[in-house]
Amino acid sequence: MIVQVRNVWQRFKKQNERSALEGVAMAMEPAPAMAPSVEIAPNDPLLAYFQSAPGVVEIDRLLLDSPALRALKEAGVKLVVPLVSQGELIGLINLGPRLSEQEYSTDDRKLLDDLATQAAPAVRVAQLVREQEIEARQRERLEQELRVARLIQQTLLPKEVPNLAGWEVSAYYQPARAVGGDFYDFLYFEDGRVGLVVGDVTDKGVPAALVMATTRTLLRGAAERLVAPGEVLQRVNELLHVDIPPKMFVTCLYALLDPATGHLRYANAGHDVPYRRTANGVVELRATGMPLGLMPGMEYEEKEATLVPGESVLFYSDGLVEAHSPEYDMFGFPRLRELIAGHAGGAALVDYLLGQLADFTGVNWEQEDDVTLVTLQYTAATKEAAMSATLTDLNHERWRVLAEFDLPSEAGNERQAMAEVAAVVQELDLPARCMERLKTAVAEATMNAMEHGNKYQADIPVSIEILAGETAVAVRITDRGGGQPIPEAETPDLQAKLAGLQSPRGWGLFLIKNMVDEMRITSDDVHHTLELVLYHEEGDKDGEASEAV
Amino acid sequence: MERQVKQFRATVRSRQEMTVIDLEGEIDGFADDSLNAAYSEAEAQAPSAILLNFSDVSYINSTGIALIVGLLARARKSHRRLLTCGLSDHYQEIFRITRLSDFMSIYPDEASALVGD
Repeated sequence: MIVQVRNVWQRFKKQNERSALEGVAMAMEPAPAMAPSVEIAPNDPLLAYFQSAPGVVEIDRLLLDSPALRALKEAGVKLVVPLVSQGELIGLINLGPRLSEQEYSTDDRKLLDDLATQAAPAVRVAQLVREQEIEARQRERLEQELRVARLIQQTLLPKEVPNLAGWEVSAYYQPARAVGGDFYDFLYFEDGRVGLVVGDVTDKGVPAALVMATTRTLLRGAAERLVAPGEVLQRVNELLHVDIPPKMFVTCLYALLDPATGHLRYANAGHDVPYRRTANGVVELRATGMPLGLMPGMEYEEKEATLVPGESVLFYSDGLVEAHSPEYDMFGFPRLRELIAGHAGGAALVDYLLGQLADFTGVNWEQEDDVTLVTLQYTAATKEAAMSATLTDLNHERWRVLAEFDLPSEAGNERQAMAEVAAVVQELDLPARCMERLKTAVAEATMNAMEHGNKYQADIPVSIEILAGETAVAVRITDRGGGQPIPEAETPDLQAKLAGLQSPRGWGLFLIKNMVDEMRITSDDVHHTLELVLYHEEGDKDGEASEAV
Repeated sequence: MERQVKQFRATVRSRQEMTVIDLEGEIDGFADDSLNAAYSEAEAQAPSAILLNFSDVSYINSTGIALIVGLLARARKSHRRLLTCGLSDHYQEIFRITRLSDFMSIYPDEASALVGD
């Protein structure tokens, strides 16, 4: 008797598997290759019959509405011996007619029965061994892939953080076991500005790592030729969407920092919104835009902010906010925001957040996604540090509103703003120099508000609010030009202006910045507000007196 | 809304080898024409230096600064020195911040400007 067993393990791996069951061919004739193999569909009633059959089954005697049974009959199968191990059907031995053309005898059946009883567990063991071998090979392949993905990512992430005078930058990156597509990057420009990139590619492993590498290269290329962050993202999107595999995309935030002024210009392609920690609480640096690579023709909103000494910004990825506790609560944005508000910021914030994350997830946490944190802290020189400390101490309630008034946006009205502010702050008895600086700053800010914010439409007012703190005076000048990015002012360069390379104009914002100790721009969908803060300078009062009006 | 606009005036006179432009009022966008006309008039006398006298100037805004930059560019093109006198402490500071003071000598008054020359 010649027996051939084939295709056993995979077809019988699971009975309810969708793949069809193929019979084990076993023939009494010496040409086993000719033994027919018959497919049995998973829902065929014949399967259930074989599963519970007491032993050898005579095919010709079966009466079942079963396509497999018909196929077996057509193939000339006479006997089927189900191989059952631990109640599970793992294979079949099919026999054609005896070569002698006689019926199978009782002895034959007894022999087949015994054979099945012996063979079933052996076949099962062979199946299990094979399964394990394949699983081990798959695991090894996956591990190898993960090693490659991790290598790509680690090679491309910056080796060190920017070293900027007056700033502290820190970065933390912890890949999940499966290696997500998080990345960050720092770009350095000749004029001293620094680009910060934080991004996340959908998907994991090698595909994500490759898209990350592509995105990084495209970003670097685009940032070299274009300045505006919104345009940089737009360019990357155009190039990326052509090549990116379907259903993959990249969220990405790109910010351009001028370390000299604290000016931050940014655009966001669907990435988690960074948090800015100010003296008056935590605010979101929000700018709208679709993730990169989804569709062409996207535009990216561009916003700006001017950080002042003592402030910090946290850039992060969803691995932090989407981490789960053992009770399956999510870490979430409100918690993150609260933690930032309660912390002094800086590089220590990273350790603090990681500690909080560890407490939240518990010791047995399997990290679900990459965690990336980049912090930017404006540490400032001693004078500025002292000032920002004062401002922090002067929390909002301790500012006293001295006056509020509106002015129509008509050319020349900045003089009125200047005169009214001067009259209101009279009671503070400011040093003359301080007063002159305040007046110039207020006049320039009011002109900008009337011209750029309100487009000199007389019926749209500029609102001016004057506040006094214990050691400082603040003026808020608000126009209705919100909901649009404030175009970035070129730093005026007199030599370039004299050479005709720059317009002779463009001094307004530069003057304001140089007149006051702190300047902040905030905006919402409707308004832009410029906040000016001047500290009373001790010992200056009886110093240089100014006669200018 | 009532607002007192001080009319800007610029008058040109000669003083030794120098031509003096006396400025009066507020230097902002409205001063453009008079200022440039006065400068042309001064230039026509072909002096080696032109002195801008700010003694009676009460206000200069960023547009005014741009106009002065324009005059300075004209002066440099014709290799003529541009001097200033009578700037208040505050506007002297603004001239320093904008670096205008790197290109135009600042004198407290007309007499010292004449001597300094």
